[in-house]
Order: sequence, then C-alpha cells, then structure tokens
Amino acid sequence: MSNDSAAPAELLTAETNSKPSFRIRSSSSSKRWQAIVVTGLVLCSLVSLLTTIGIIVMLVVESWGFFADSRIELWKFLTGTKWTVGQTQGSLSYGIWPLLSGTLRITGIAMMISLPMGLISAVYLSEYASKRIRSFLKPTLEILAGIPTVVLGFFAVKFITPYMLEPLGDFKTFNATSAGMAVGILCLPLVTSLAEDALQAVPNRLREGAYGLGSTRLEVTLKVVVPAALSGIISAFLLALARAIGETMVVSLAAGSTPTFTLDPRMPSQTMTGFIVETFKSESVVPGTLSYFSIYAVGTVLFLITFGITLIGQIIRMRYREVYD
Amino acid sequence: MSTTPTVMNQSKRSPQSPVQAESTVTLDPPLMDAQTAIAIDSFNAYYGDFQALHDLHLDIPEQQVTAFIGPSGCGKSTLLKWCNRMNDIVPIAYATGTLKVGETNVLERGTDVVDLRRKVGMVFQKANPFPKSIFDNVAYGARLHYKISRPELFDLVELSLKKAALWDEVKDRLKQSALGLSGGQQQRLCIARAIATGPKILLMDEPCSALDPASTSRIEDLIFELRRQFTIVIVTHNMQQAARCSDRTAFFYEGKIIEEGATEDVFTRPKQRQTEDYVTGKFG
Repeated sequence: MSNDSAAPAELLTAETNSKPSFRIRSSSSSKRWQAIVVTGLVLCSLVSLLTTIGIIVMLVVESWGFFADSRIELWKFLTGTKWTVGQTQGSLSYGIWPLLSGTLRITGIAMMISLPMGLISAVYLSEYASKRIRSFLKPTLEILAGIPTVVLGFFAVKFITPYMLEPLGDFKTFNATSAGMAVGILCLPLVTSLAEDALQAVPNRLREGAYGLGSTRLEVTLKVVVPAALSGIISAFLLALARAIGETMVVSLAAGSTPTFTLDPRMPSQTMTGFIVETFKSESVVPGTLSYFSIYAVGTVLFLITFGITLIGQIIRMRYREVYD
Repeated sequence: MSTTPTVMNQSKRSPQSPVQAESTVTLDPPLMDAQTAIAIDSFNAYYGDFQALHDLHLDIPEQQVTAFIGPSGCGKSTLLKWCNRMNDIVPIAYATGTLKVGETNVLERGTDVVDLRRKVGMVFQKANPFPKSIFDNVAYGARLHYKISRPELFDLVELSLKKAALWDEVKDRLKQSALGLSGGQQQRLCIARAIATGPKILLMDEPCSALDPASTSRIEDLIFELRRQFTIVIVTHNMQQAARCSDRTAFFYEGKIIEEGATEDVFTRPKQRQTEDYVTGKFG
C-alpha cells in the first residue's frame, strides 16, 4: 500500500520542484499519427458501405435492362407461374413464381428441420447439458458449421435422396426435399449457436427466482428462460432464414434445374439462386440479352427478400430486447 | 407452453389456492411444533472440500422475524438457501444433519423440492422480476401450483400485491412490463410473487442491499407488517436493519452460530465477546 501511494507523490514533487522527469511526446507527430489512424479506420468502414451501394446500383441498373425490354411487363413478372427464360425453344414466359416457390419450398423444408432442432439443441446445451457433454457437443457443432456447402450438396444427392427418401416414395433424383434437408443441416449450427447465446444471456437470477417459486427445470426453461430470450431466438431464426434463402451450392447440386410451380416436395425445384448460377454458367449468356438481364431481375427479388428479413430482425431486436443490468 | 407434464399433474401439488387457504385453516398439516417453523440440528454444510457451516443447532420460531447477521462469508446465506434447497443449483454443495421444515427433513434425498419451495418462498438479494407483465409475475407461482379460475387469480394477485404494499402503485398498470418498475418496487413485486404461492415461510437474502434508503425503509416496514402472517428469515449485513425489524437474531461467525436470542438481548446484552464486538462495529 505504501509503495502505491508513494509514486504519485514523487511525480508531484518532480513536477513542481524541477523539470518533469518524464518526456512528453512531441505533439505535432502525435497529431499526424492520430490523423493517419482515423483515416485508416474510416476507409476500412467505408469499404462495406461502398460495396453495398455498388451492388444496389448494379442490381438496379441491370434489372432496368430486363424491365425496359418491350417483351416484359412487370405485372406478369410478379404474378406469372411459368418461367422459360434461358430456354431456347418454346414461347417466352417470365413469371417469377416457379423460382420463388422453389426457394420458398426448399427454405420451408430447411426451416422445419433447423428451427425446432436448433432451438431444442440450444435449450439442451444451455440449460441441461453437463460441462462434459457441452465440451464435446459444442466443437462437434462447429465442425458441422465448417463443412463446405458443396459437400453437403453432394451428400444430399448421393445419400439423402437414394437412402432416406427413395425408399419412402417416388422422389426424383433431384428434388426439393433432399435439398431442403441439406440446407436445414447447414443452418442447424447457426440456429443452435445463436439461440444458445441468447439463452445464456438470460441472467441466472431469473432462473433462481423461478426455482425459488417451485418450478421444475422444464418450467424454468419453458416459462422463464425461453420467453426472456425470445428476441434473440427470433433473430437467430431470421438469420437462418436469410441464410437458407441465399444458399446456392446445395440447391444447385441437389434441387435440379427445372423451374416448377408445385407443392410436391418430390419434384425438382429450381430456386432463384439456382437459376442465377445455372444461367451464369451456361455459355449462351451474352451481355445485353434478356437472359443476361433476367439474372439481375431475379437477383433484385432475392436481395429485397433477404433485406426485408434482415430489417424485420433488426426491428424485433430493437423493440423486444430486454435489457438486464 | 402451459401444458408441460409436470403442470398437468396437479394431484402432486396442492389443488387448493392460497385465496381459499385464507378461510380454511387446515390446508397444510400443522407444523411439527406450533412454536418452531424450522428446526436445525447437527447441521453441516459443504462446498466440495470446504466446510461452510459447522454443527449448527437453531430453532426458528413461527410467525416471527429471525435475522441472520455476521460478516461476509460466515455462512448465513448458505444456511438460508438450504432451507428451501436452493443450493441444489450448486453442483458441489451438500449438507448433513437435520433441517426440518414442519414434518419433513428437507435434506433427505426424496424431498419434493417443488412442494418445499411453494411452502418456503424466497426473496433474493437483487430484485429478479421476470420479463413479463406485473400481473404475470405475481401470477407465475399460482399458475404453476394451483388449478385456479381467472377471477380467483385476479383476487390472488390483488391480495398479494396489497400484502406487499405495492397495489396502489401498480393497480392501473398490471399489464405493463415489470422491468419498468423502480428497484424498490421490483423488490416488493418479488415479495408479492413469493406471497402468491401461499408460503408459510419467507426467506429473504439481503433483500435491501441493492436499494436506496427510502426503498429500504419501505421494505423494512413491509417485513414488520408481514411478520404475523409468515415466518420470516432475513439475512442482512445491516445491523440497524436487524435491530429494527427482527424479533430474534442469530450471529454467525466463520460458519458457526456464536449467539442466538431475542434481538434486543443480542444487541444490548450480548453474552459473547465476538457478538459484542460485531454489533458495536469493532469488526465486520
């Protein structure tokens, strides 16, 4: 204690009696250094802003090429149920719904798997699992999260479809169910880890309070902890939803390349992302043609959907987040 | 969510609501001794290898306020938390000896802790209202334990809030979030929430330590009001608080009860030197 209090006293005397015993950095070089650091920080944060603006501008400009075409009516694009853009023979139909419904079908199947399983795993990890089990399960989840999506797509085609689905019914080789299941597996670690973070953020004194009133562990979890973490859980769900809608590799491998407007999960099911990849890869795409512009039109729809989901997630987080001190 | 298996199994829990309990006296079997609410005998508590409490003997009388005082780490909160088995949450905690609430030795493995905690309510150091409405907070325990009609539930919530001296402040905003209340109001809400399950005993673990003086004095008044209806055990660091609102005081030091008796005696005529030193502020 005496040593601690002696130091400032020495400094004081050093300052008042003679010249300071420590060197003050030259203020001009320090100011220049400050300016460099601040500029660097601003530039780095500008990168993401400029990229976003650039992408939006590109989407709008190139989509304009699609909608300005004399053959295209916006209304038919938004309501049509047949999509033949990029196909060489037959008449031109450009209704977005086959692609949009493909995305929705696969996303729906994926969410049916990843949301309940993810939430249940998160509840188990956060509220039930012992330290030992946690230390084993968490890394396993991270490994699952690290599997390349192309591997999952391959897994869907080579394992899920032939061994899990075909025995059950008349599934096509490329179908919505197997792609949806693979995307669900893909989203599972995301949902689990974000929902678990939300559950862990619930302060322990709420659990104690609930136990103190005579709750069982299940009641503590379902009636207190999960409701208290609800905003975090919902934003985890929405992030997974956006991820599933934007997922490309799995669906372009496993869902087939036929745009279909159906509710049958056994049928092939091209998604918006799948269409973009397919069209981009094909050599027939020449800048300036309708199929070239259609990529951007579909991309814009995709962007608006994921943007909307992100926005809803932000609103929910801001409005319903409980703040614990 | 309200239909978890354990909730549906109402027969395991008391089917009668505390509202009815007010009129029918014989809801629970009478306590072992009309005078003793909690009987502690040869009680030892451990955290892993560390022995927190050594061979305690203490009878906590019914319908009085008993204060546990003593310096930090002396084990008073540990004893309090064993009274309704809140230490079950701590994996390395265990205890030996007897700690009887009514007829049941709560330390026994087969003790129904859900029922125990319904009868022995707890108020924590820091107010911990659930992020639900004020109404739902108070109704939480009743909904768990009783089959209760909606009008009865309203009566119970009103009664509990009145007992906790909070009704007048919140009666027009029962549907608003409990997190919008002030710290002192939140703590009184937690007391109302504990009352609403119909406990015999209320355990309070430093209930005022996070509150300003005005809120503290309201809670102390409340404890004084409630002491003829409940058996209250309060852990406190504040000796004036113990002197103001308790009937009996137990002084803990290094895991042992040094002295126990009527509050007035412990504070004005302590038998032990350590007690005197502590209550006069020489240490602690």
